[in-house]
Amino acid sequence: MGQTLFDKIWDAHVVSSKEGFPDILYIDTHFIHEVTSPQAFDGLRQRGLPVFRPKQTVATADHNVPTWDQHLPIKEELSRYQVDMLTKNCAEFGIELYGLGHQYQGIVHVIGPELGITRPGCTYVCGDSHTSTHGAFGAIAFGIGTSQVEQVLATQCLLQQRPKRMKIEVNGALQKGVGAKDIILYIISKISAAGGTGYFVEYAGDTIRSLSMEGRMTICNMSIEMGARGGLIAPDETTIEYVKGRKFAPQGEDWDKAVDYWKTLYSDEDAQFDSELYFDAADIEPMITYGTNPGMGIGITQHVPETASFEAKEQGSYTKALNYMGLHEDQSLLGKPIDYVFIGSCTNSRIEDLRLVADFIKGKHKADNVTVWVVPGSKQVQQQAIAEGLDKIFEAAGFPLREPGCSACLGMNEDKIPAGKYCISTSNRNFEGRQGPDSRTFLASPLTAAAAAITGKVTDIRELLQEEELVG
Amino acid sequence: MATKIFKHLQSSIVPLPIENIDTDQIIPARFLKATTRDGFGNNLFRDWRFDKEGNPKKDFVLNHPTYSGKILVAGKNFGCGSSREHAAWAIADYGFDVVVSSFFADIFKGNALNNGLLPIQVSDDFLKKLFDAVYADAHAQVEVDLDNQFIKIVSTGEQETFEINPYKKACLINGYDDIDYILSNKQQVEEFEKR
Repeated sequence: MGQTLFDKIWDAHVVSSKEGFPDILYIDTHFIHEVTSPQAFDGLRQRGLPVFRPKQTVATADHNVPTWDQHLPIKEELSRYQVDMLTKNCAEFGIELYGLGHQYQGIVHVIGPELGITRPGCTYVCGDSHTSTHGAFGAIAFGIGTSQVEQVLATQCLLQQRPKRMKIEVNGALQKGVGAKDIILYIISKISAAGGTGYFVEYAGDTIRSLSMEGRMTICNMSIEMGARGGLIAPDETTIEYVKGRKFAPQGEDWDKAVDYWKTLYSDEDAQFDSELYFDAADIEPMITYGTNPGMGIGITQHVPETASFEAKEQGSYTKALNYMGLHEDQSLLGKPIDYVFIGSCTNSRIEDLRLVADFIKGKHKADNVTVWVVPGSKQVQQQAIAEGLDKIFEAAGFPLREPGCSACLGMNEDKIPAGKYCISTSNRNFEGRQGPDSRTFLASPLTAAAAAITGKVTDIRELLQEEELVG
Repeated sequence: MATKIFKHLQSSIVPLPIENIDTDQIIPARFLKATTRDGFGNNLFRDWRFDKEGNPKKDFVLNHPTYSGKILVAGKNFGCGSSREHAAWAIADYGFDVVVSSFFADIFKGNALNNGLLPIQVSDDFLKKLFDAVYADAHAQVEVDLDNQFIKIVSTGEQETFEINPYKKACLINGYDDIDYILSNKQQVEEFEKR
């Protein structure tokens, strides 16, 4: 019987497999950041252990960092302490740090791929659930807790039970104005925030195949939002072209050898999945969430579901979510005024996202009632955007391009959405208080967010694009 | 290094019948700035438990004088979202030894087990029985036996068995630690690297 892509990579990394025990899985690269690593380093000190393979760990500061005046010391004391602690720990244990001020600093899931550290066929972990992003390259990548961060620092291995395998296929042509973010929000709305729990997902089908690496990363990034530990996409020419020539990509003979191996990385035709789901791209509208988990999403022209459409035991949680959001059942979100627009996060802060937004807003100005934050995923994305003049386009539209970090995705720095305010966000979570205490989040694509920035309300991007076509 | 041991427990329970409780609710991101594992219990369910001025919200179960115990019982898909182990630390630090739900998010479940906090997945039916029992009698006792893998409502005798990975079970009962286990296989790791 054939093997799935996931099993091929997993099997190639099993150090030991014993009945009744989780597998000992070898980790090729371990990413760390300031929030989930300090207790792990403390654990090593208490055990008197070194980092087993320091050259296979890469660190950056992203969660706590300000996105304005990054050259100044971090104002918030606890944030500054945590970032300083990372610097100290990396120096003590011999780990490369792309910290604040470094030309490679940025969100951990943006810098790995852009530096060519993320490659097909490898295993990656990080104390961050969006590590699933790296699966876009045909890699096994997933988030871990701090005890496991300590485990990987101490041993370069992880005790892990093999998950079940799920295949999600999307086929057909996308409507204009619909992109990768809409695809993944659509899938999660169909299978719920728990529908992928216990599985590792392989995304396939011609729609997925047609996406750029940036789009694929957006898809894999949100695998965790359906409960799946990770998601991956078989590498192809798009993948190889993206990795080629990047700073840490293999060179010369090593490159040829690597590419030959990458070409063997696909699920065999007769491979068995534990679950298979199929979606038609033509059914996908621009998506928006209305509730307090990423599974609570609808097409932008649809209405918020009626309470009676849920099982009795779910209705209490549903009503709680709508109350929190200040919405009511059967409501259309179109035309709903919004207060903030956040374009950023490990889901949508790459150069392609910024180009897409800049292209749409060029020559337009933001609505008076909205504050817009555009936060690049990394220093390199920021530099590229400036080189292409995108910063000028954003500025002319009434908002500056900020500096890289996780920012308002989780509001660990100053970028918090005030209580009661509505934010259209390109990030990945609409949990209660996620963007700041009592903030209200609508998750959407960069284009839908850009449309809201211009009109000041929830808008169907397809209508604006159509108007432009008619005028143009 | 030895970790916290869990074998057996009898306690009243704290009901939290909400579904999809994510780790941002369990411990909001702004409280993740500590660099030690201690003290997170003070901010467990912070924004559900306290108002903006820091006063306890009377209607939240942890502030309710009637309910107490070492077992937290919650709706399905508990612990979804962020991988922050701080969520498990906060629940354990507050004083819970067991969390019961009809469904757990993967990363949370692993984090809990690594901290001597036992996640027990029960059927929807048994979850409802637990809620019924505690709402009928706030002091209803529930017994958890890890060795025999069952959870029982003492007054009615109703019980259900639960699954747990045999290795993780041995870790909890004996206080074994994952790092010690992998280090005992260090030679294999080094041989793997030479391949």
